[in-house]
Amino acid sequence: MSTGTPIAEAAGLAAPAGTPALIQEPGTLAAFWRRLRARKSAVAGLVIVGLLILMAVFAPWIAPYDPTATDWGNVRGAPSFVHPFGGDEVGRDVLSRIIFGARASLGAGLVSVALAVSLGLPLGLLAGYAGGWIDGVISRLTDALLAIPFLILAIALAAFLGPSLVNAMIAIGLSATSTFIRLTRAQVRAVAAEEFVEAARAMGNPPWRIARVHILPNIVPAILVQATLTIAAAIIAEASLSFLGLGQQPPEPSWGAMLNTAKNFMDQAPWMAIWPGLSIFLAVLAFNLFGDGLRDALDPRQRT
Amino acid sequence: MLRFLVRRLALAVPTLILASMIIFALQQLLPGDVATALTGEERDPQVIAFIREKYHLDEPLPVRYAYWAGGVLRGDLGESIRLQKPVSELIVEKLPVTLELACLAMLVALAIGVPMGVLSAVKRGQAADTIANGIALWGLSVPNFWLGILLILLFSVELGWLPASGYVSPFESLSENLAAMVMPAFVLGNAIAAVMMRHTRAAMLGVLGSDYVRTARAKGVSPLRVTLRHALPNAAIPIITLGALEFGQLLSGAVLTEQVFSVPGFGKLMVDAVFNRDFATVQGVVICTAATYIALNLAADLLSAAVNPKLRRA
Amino acid sequence: MTKPLLDVRDLAVAFDTDGGAVHAVNGVSYTLHEGETLGIVGESGSGKSVHVLAMLGLIPRPPGRITGGQVLFEGRDLLALKERELRKIRGGAIGFVFQDPMSSLNPGMTVAAQIVEPLRIHLGLDARAARARARELLDLVRIPNAVARLDQYPHEFSGGQRQRVMIAIGLSCRPKLLIADEATTALDVTVQAEIVALVQELKRELGMAILWITHDLGVVAGISDTVQVMYAGRILERGPVDDIFSDPRNAYTLGLLRSLPDLSGGRAGRRRLHQIEGAPPDMRHPPPGDPFAPRNAFATPRCRTEMPPLAQAPGAAPGHLVAAWYDLPNLLRQEVAR
Repeated sequence: MSTGTPIAEAAGLAAPAGTPALIQEPGTLAAFWRRLRARKSAVAGLVIVGLLILMAVFAPWIAPYDPTATDWGNVRGAPSFVHPFGGDEVGRDVLSRIIFGARASLGAGLVSVALAVSLGLPLGLLAGYAGGWIDGVISRLTDALLAIPFLILAIALAAFLGPSLVNAMIAIGLSATSTFIRLTRAQVRAVAAEEFVEAARAMGNPPWRIARVHILPNIVPAILVQATLTIAAAIIAEASLSFLGLGQQPPEPSWGAMLNTAKNFMDQAPWMAIWPGLSIFLAVLAFNLFGDGLRDALDPRQRT
Repeated sequence: MLRFLVRRLALAVPTLILASMIIFALQQLLPGDVATALTGEERDPQVIAFIREKYHLDEPLPVRYAYWAGGVLRGDLGESIRLQKPVSELIVEKLPVTLELACLAMLVALAIGVPMGVLSAVKRGQAADTIANGIALWGLSVPNFWLGILLILLFSVELGWLPASGYVSPFESLSENLAAMVMPAFVLGNAIAAVMMRHTRAAMLGVLGSDYVRTARAKGVSPLRVTLRHALPNAAIPIITLGALEFGQLLSGAVLTEQVFSVPGFGKLMVDAVFNRDFATVQGVVICTAATYIALNLAADLLSAAVNPKLRRA
Repeated sequence: MTKPLLDVRDLAVAFDTDGGAVHAVNGVSYTLHEGETLGIVGESGSGKSVHVLAMLGLIPRPPGRITGGQVLFEGRDLLALKERELRKIRGGAIGFVFQDPMSSLNPGMTVAAQIVEPLRIHLGLDARAARARARELLDLVRIPNAVARLDQYPHEFSGGQRQRVMIAIGLSCRPKLLIADEATTALDVTVQAEIVALVQELKRELGMAILWITHDLGVVAGISDTVQVMYAGRILERGPVDDIFSDPRNAYTLGLLRSLPDLSGGRAGRRRLHQIEGAPPDMRHPPPGDPFAPRNAFATPRCRTEMPPLAQAPGAAPGHLVAAWYDLPNLLRQEVAR
C-alpha cells in the first residue's frame, strides 16, 4: 500500500489488474475531444473565442460604420437605435470601434503568444535536453527574466521600443517567453526520464530525432494549455499597454485605448467605458475558460 | 536553517545581477543614438556631449554596465532628466505610497481569497465551490483598470461616497488616506484574491485528504476545528510561498491602478517616466521592482521554513 | 450470550467513480463482544478498512456512500446517528489507531496538543488536567521521559514511538472499543512485535475490545481471539484464531496461510511458499457468486453464480463459520496445519 490515498486504494479504486484501461488512455484525439465537450464551461469558452475571431476577421462587413469616421452630431451621443453603443468624444461609433478593436486585442494575444512559444519552446527544449552549462545559462537567464514582473517588463520594453501596436506585441511576447522556457524545460526533463525515452536512446536514435518523435509530442499538451492561458494574460497586457498609451495609437481602435479616453468622460458618457471593458473581460474570460477546460481534458488526473 | 539561508542567498544574487544586466541592456533598444534619445527633444550639442560624457556613452556596453552597476551598488540610480533629481530620491519618495497600496491590496486578497478557497475546498463539488470558482474566474478575467473605472463611476460619480483620485498621506489624515486607498486597494487585490483562492483551494484539498485530518476526525474533533486548527496551518506553507510570488503581479497591477486613481506611487512614477522619455528613472524603477521581487521570494522561503517545525528545529 | 458491543448487519459501501460505482463492501455482518479481540484479515481492496471507516463516518462522502445495513454499537445504530452525535462516539467510546504514524499524526502540532484534544472534547478536562493526563498516557504506552517529550513534534519521534503516541491517542478516553487499522504495517518487524506486545499488555490492563485490521496473518495470530477473513467486500471465513490456522475451510484462507512463511522454527523451510494466482475482481462489476471463485481451483459451478452463506463449518469447532460451496481436500488442510 502506498501513501497516496489509502481509502481510495483500500476501496479498490486503484484500478485492479484486468480493468478496462479507462484512465490510462489519454492518447486518442477522439477521447480528448469527448472529455473537452463534456465540460460546458470549456465549450462556452471555445464558442466565444470562435465568435470573437469571426468578429475580428469580418469586422469591415459587420461594423455599421467606419470606426475612425467622426460625426459631430454623435459626440458623446447616448446609445440609440442608430448607434446602439453610443458615440465617443469625437462622435465615432462605439459599436464599430468595439468590433474593429477585436483585431488589436485578439491579434496581440495570438501574435505575442506565438512569438513567446516560438522563442521559448526551442530554448526550453535545448536547456532541458542538452543539460550542462547550456541549461545553466538558459535557466539563470530565465530566472532573471522572471524576476521582473510580466507587465513591468512589457511596459519597460514598450517604452524603449517606442509606442505602437507591433512593438506592444513584441514587448508582450518577449515578456512571456521566460514562462515557456521554464515550462518546456521542466516538461522535457520529466519526459526524458521516462523509460520509453531511455529505450529510444539505448537503441541509438539521434538526439534530435528523440526530441522530435518522443519528447515533443508528450510536452505539447502542457504547452497548449499554458499558451491558451497566456493568450488571456496577453490580451489584458495589450489592453493595459494601450490604456497607458503604449500600444495601439489613435485613431485606430483598441479596447484598452478606448478605455483610456473614456476615463476622462466618465460622468458624461459612461457607455464609452462600459463596452470596451466588457469586451476585454469577455475575451479574457473565454480564453481562461477554454484553457482551464483544456487542462482538465488533457490531464484527467487533475480533475476537480 | 543558516545553511538554508546561505544557499538561497547564493541563488538570489546572481539572478539579481543578471536581471540588472537585462534591464541595463534595454537602452540598446532605443532607436538611434542613445545620447540623443536620452536628452529627448533637447538638441543642444553641449547637453548631448555632457550626457555622452556623464554616462560614458563612448565606452563599450560592458564598461558602461560596470559604471552603472557600480553606481547602483552605491545607491546611485542615475539622474532623472525630466525632474532634475536623483532617481533614487524619487523612488524613496514614491515607494511608501505603493507599499501601502500593495499591503492593503494583499490584505484584501488574503481576506477574500483564503476564506473563499477554504470554503470551496471544504464544500468541494457543492454549490459553494462552484460559486467560489466562478468568482475566482471573474477576478482573473476582469481587467483591473476597467474595474477601477467602474468603481469610480459608481462610488464617486454616482454616489459620491469616495474620492475618485488623489492621495493623502496617512500622517496628515488617516481617514482621508484610507478613503482614497480603499478603491485602489480593492481593485488591485481583486485579481490576486482570485489567485489566492485557487492556491488555497488546491492546498486545502491536499491537506483535507491527508491521514492526519482523518485522525483528527477519528478523535471526534468538530469540522470547524479540523479545518482551522488541523488543515489550514498545514496548508499555509504553499499558500504563503505562492502568495509571495503574486507580489510581482501586485507590482504590475499597481502601475495601472495608480494610473486610474492618480495615486502618486511607484507605478505612476514609471508611467510618467516612460512618457517623458526619462529612461534612467524607468530603469531605476524596474531594477527596484526586480530586487523587491527577489527579496520577497527569499522572504517567502524563510517564512515557510519558519512555519515548518521540521526546518525550524533542525 | 450477552448483548454484543458491536453488531454489524449487512453493511454495504460503494464509491462513485467516473467508471461507475465501485462496490467496496457487499453485505458484511458480524458481532464483537466486550473485551473480545477480533482480527480482520484481507488484502488491500478487501473492504476491511473501508467498512470500519464507513461505519464511523470517516470515508469521504462523496464519492463514498453507505448503500445498506445497520451498525449497532451498544444498541445504537451508528449509521442513523447525526454527524454531531457520531462525533461524540469517535475518539470517545471508540478509539482509533491508524497505519503509518508519520502521516497520521499532524506534523504541525505538538504531541501534547494532539493527545489533549480528545480529552478536552470527550472528557471535558481543562487544559491543565488534560496535560497531566497526556503525560500519564505517554507513560502508559512506555515512552520514556514523557514530560520532556510532550512539547515535541511528531518528526522528533522514531517510527515505533510515533505509533505508541497514536495508541495513546486511541486509548486516551478509555474506549470500549479500540480500532487498529494496519497499526503495525509501516513498522520494522522487531518494532511490530513490540507494539503487539504493548497492545496485549494494555488490553489486559484496560479490558477494551479490539478490532485489529491487518493484511498480516502473522500479526493476527499473536493478538486475536477470533479471526475473520475478508475478500472483495465479503467475509469468507470466521472463527477462533487457532481453528482458522489449524483447520481452514475456505480456499482463500488456505491460500493466505500457504503464502505465510513458517516461523515456528524446527520444521522451517520444509514447506514451500505459495502465491495466490490471479487478481482480485473488478469491484465495479462484482461477480454474482463467490468473488474468489475465478482464482479458486476447487470452485464448483455453483460458486460462480451464487454467493455461499456464511455458516457453521461442518465438523469444525463451534463458531467457526465459512462461506463455501466446496470442501477443501484434507491433504491440503493438513499441510498448513501445525
